[in-house]
Amino acid sequence: MTTAKPLFIIFLLSIILCAAIIAATGMGFLKITPLEVIEILWLKLLGQQSSSINPTFPFVVMEVRLPRILTSALVGGGLAVAGAVFQAILLNPLADPYTLGISSGAAFGASLAIILSIFGIMIPPWLSIPVFAFIGAMATLIGVFSLASTDNRLSSNTLILSGVIIAAILSAGIGFIKYLADEQVSIIIFWLMGSFVGRTWMDVSTTALVVIPGLVFTLYFARDLNIMALGERTANTLGVDSSRVKKTLLVCASLITAICVSVSGIIGFVGLIIPHLLRMILGPDNRILLPACFLGGATLLLGADTITRAWLPSEIPIGVLTSLIGGPFFCYIFRKKQLALTS
Amino acid sequence: MNSPEYLFSIRNLSFSYRSTRVLENINIELHRGKFYGLIGGNGSGKSTLLELLMATLQPDSGTLYYKGQALHLYSRQELASSLALVPQHFSMDFEYSVSDVVLMGRHPHIPRFSSPASHDFEAVDIAMATMDISHLKNRPVIALSGGELQRVVMARALAQETEVLILDEATSNLDIQHTISIMKVIRQRVLDKGLTVIAAIHDLNLAAAFCDNCLVLKEKNIYANAPVKDIFTPELLREVFSVDAQIEHSTKSGHPKIQFTYQ
Repeated sequence: MTTAKPLFIIFLLSIILCAAIIAATGMGFLKITPLEVIEILWLKLLGQQSSSINPTFPFVVMEVRLPRILTSALVGGGLAVAGAVFQAILLNPLADPYTLGISSGAAFGASLAIILSIFGIMIPPWLSIPVFAFIGAMATLIGVFSLASTDNRLSSNTLILSGVIIAAILSAGIGFIKYLADEQVSIIIFWLMGSFVGRTWMDVSTTALVVIPGLVFTLYFARDLNIMALGERTANTLGVDSSRVKKTLLVCASLITAICVSVSGIIGFVGLIIPHLLRMILGPDNRILLPACFLGGATLLLGADTITRAWLPSEIPIGVLTSLIGGPFFCYIFRKKQLALTS
Repeated sequence: MNSPEYLFSIRNLSFSYRSTRVLENINIELHRGKFYGLIGGNGSGKSTLLELLMATLQPDSGTLYYKGQALHLYSRQELASSLALVPQHFSMDFEYSVSDVVLMGRHPHIPRFSSPASHDFEAVDIAMATMDISHLKNRPVIALSGGELQRVVMARALAQETEVLILDEATSNLDIQHTISIMKVIRQRVLDKGLTVIAAIHDLNLAAAFCDNCLVLKEKNIYANAPVKDIFTPELLREVFSVDAQIEHSTKSGHPKIQFTYQ
């Protein structure tokens, strides 16, 4: 647990994230150089108008690209942190933000909002979908907790199993809604695959309002999380109130996940791969791992979103892209790790 | 009667899991600087009693006093600086190194948001040396054998530098060589530093060889609490464990040896 090297890596990851944000803002149909991006941001900060830059650029940067880029970064960071927290609490390196069925809850809520709007009963879908998704995610969390809490200890296995059961029920519900949607089923399918198209500053601020305080909150408990790797009983004898830490952090990580899912749809593998990869490089100390996950997850998802937005001939859903790249990559690191253990 | 001269004193303690009564009306006093063995058959409530002593479980009725003050009045932090546990099973799915895990024993001594100080690292080094695992210090714990792992857990408890060490069948997964060497180290700490040990032990010969006193649990209650030479009698063994045995009192160490009758 030496401190010099990890702090350097956090610093490095921050630099990479900033560079990625600036570079990504420049990419797209209109090419804007990184220097121009910096100038636009700087002038915006000072509240001045530029004379030398193409007058459409500030609009493209501030109103079109930056909201989308920042949303994707916050969602990526949030999912990675939530994943790391779930893994540490459930003592299971293969847990991810969706282990407790939160994604299914959000998907069910979103599908419900979509089907209601198809039947003409609903208020505007752009508002109702994220709100319904969030409510669905939170209701799932409450359901999983009440199913799992037969005793006060909330054991990991019971939680995971409860998550699987509730997710299965919700999947059936989603299937039924899709069936009802009939020819308009594509709206539901498209939402489920995740997207950052057309995100606004409103999305940025609501996501930031949950993800950033969530990160700070989990960091406060980072050392307790380390101790809890010893097992609940031993952690208790070391002065950690395991069951309280467990409950508060599960709620916190679930809130982060819920807001991410409701703003972007279901984006797989970020919450699994980033914590895994960074744990291999930095070790399992959560005090370093959690901020690193935020920065790494943000950079990765922002990168993936930029690939589909600016590079590919036509946009493919971001959730599909992360799973297509993330899945095989995860197989690779998993295999490599197994081989390293046996040799 | 709850005077601070006793390390622990337990008054009318009862405990149930759901509707099953596990311990009933227990009264005992434990002194400082002694090695206590806790023996009894499977399911006799040994682990439960240890958890109650560590305040990780709360009694249904009755009170435990630690140094004259009711146990539930201590903060978790205070208890963690006074009582350390070595559990029977330990596994870890994350790649912490051996020295990281031993350093976790310093957790109650390091304020939140502070880094470990030099005396913390010193305590870790001493604990690792005592348990003969200094050479494993940078190895990830998931790559260790069962015996090595148990010594890491023991070192973690020693690094906690508490006055009381609670062992819950801590050596039952170890081979005889490691069992004896760990018990010797702990015994030495009791003699040198006045450590108090309360150890649930299945192997009666081990208990007889290393403990000062034994607490015998039978049918939810303390059947006996006495020095080992008075505990290990053929009558008690028949009564509590339903086995026939002969006891040989070795003149050299004063510790009894038990010869079980197998046929």
